[in-house]
Amino acid sequence: MIKRYSNEHEWAILDADTASVGLSAYAVEQLGDITFVELPEIGASAEKDDSIAFIESVKAASDIYIPIGGEVIEVNEELEDAPELLNEAAESTWIMKIKVSDASEFDSLMDEASYKAYIETL
Amino acid sequence: MDKLKRTALFEKHQELNAKNIGFCGWEMPVQYAGILKEHEACRNNAALFDTSHMGEFFFEGNLLFSGINDTTTVDVLKLPIGKCKYGFLLNKDGGVIDDLIVYKAGPDRLMFVVNASRIEIDYETINSQLHNGVFTNASEQTSKLDIQGPKAKEILQDLVTFDLDELSFFSFAETDIMDSFALVSRTGYTGEVGYELYLDNTTAPLVWDKLIKRGAIPAGLGARDVLRLEMGYSLYGQELDETTTPIEAGIGFFVGYEKHFTGKEALLKQKEEGAPKQAIAFTTNSKRAPRHGMDIYQNDQKIGVVTSGTFSPSINSGIGLGSVQTKLYKKDAPIELRNERGNIPIFKTTLPFYKK
Repeated sequence: MIKRYSNEHEWAILDADTASVGLSAYAVEQLGDITFVELPEIGASAEKDDSIAFIESVKAASDIYIPIGGEVIEVNEELEDAPELLNEAAESTWIMKIKVSDASEFDSLMDEASYKAYIETL
Repeated sequence: MDKLKRTALFEKHQELNAKNIGFCGWEMPVQYAGILKEHEACRNNAALFDTSHMGEFFFEGNLLFSGINDTTTVDVLKLPIGKCKYGFLLNKDGGVIDDLIVYKAGPDRLMFVVNASRIEIDYETINSQLHNGVFTNASEQTSKLDIQGPKAKEILQDLVTFDLDELSFFSFAETDIMDSFALVSRTGYTGEVGYELYLDNTTAPLVWDKLIKRGAIPAGLGARDVLRLEMGYSLYGQELDETTTPIEAGIGFFVGYEKHFTGKEALLKQKEEGAPKQAIAFTTNSKRAPRHGMDIYQNDQKIGVVTSGTFSPSINSGIGLGSVQTKLYKKDAPIELRNERGNIPIFKTTLPFYKK
């Protein structure tokens, strides 16, 4: 399955009309030790690039922006007790699942190679 | 912006893949393996910090007639030789120009250890009040390493020529480390047993390597900030500034009033009439961390701001220090933090947050 990335360092994997969303390893590396994840409400709707959740590390707090518009249908409740899972495996730890309203938004995200080039410029 | 300064340990930090940040004009390591790991190393093992950005001044002269004893709150005449004391350099309104530690090395010899961001203003403020004596800013030539934690003593012991057990809290010794002059004090900013080492810039990297080889774990400014906040220690620029007195910062007990010092009248007035603001310590009792600058509310009214906040791994809760207006703050009413993300209830507590 294809994985794509947003400018705000979220990743998304699209399976039919459901997108799993997580944070890139780069973003987690920048944040350092994650101590708290505020998950979105199930049933919440948001448009692409809206702030929908947020995350705190020992160092800082940061918004999580939804990379594809839609409705939140599932959240990774494991992160409430074990936010450090994101430090251990950011690229394989999903934070929320979204029922996507417009799948073409997925295509506008960066593929892995473009994202890699993008973070080189930061 | 000016180029960031680097300490004599910069290459050591690069070798250890430190993540650096700009801090008070210096390029300093914020973390190596991660703040939580380094925090844990300090609480249970031994952490090693490069704090060479801090400033050191030396004074040689008559302590009674030079004017030096009026410059800070520390009474250097009463201070025994071989002891050091925490205190303040104040403006005439009692506002804190800097917090510092004064070391008494001899009947006519002192060392002042000051914050990196305040070196120039501190030096000028003290120097301008001296009638005689030799006052030197040795910050550029001096490196400083802090080794802190339950294993600090056994790791450091073989590097010094005296028994570290002889050093009581806030005592120091002038000694040799690796054939160079060094000053070792039983002090720190973490709440753990530990030592601060003042070294020349050539020796410091050798001592750093040796301490690491003997088991000390390198730790950055990120862990240092969490450790000091768990103890409730003030940080200049956050709890302390030129518009805040030690009384308003909740650390008026460090000031003695037997001798004169700049700002004394203003502090005595606050002691008598009360201070317009006061410090509070609080927890979130959750994983939410307070952050510097968040507003503190009570009964829908803004009563103050968060001066420092973080997540405390030791007590598994958000912790913070705040400054509130005395006339608005009600001791027993609920308080909360507010920012654009919503409200966080907070619970007043006493310091330190972390007790052994």
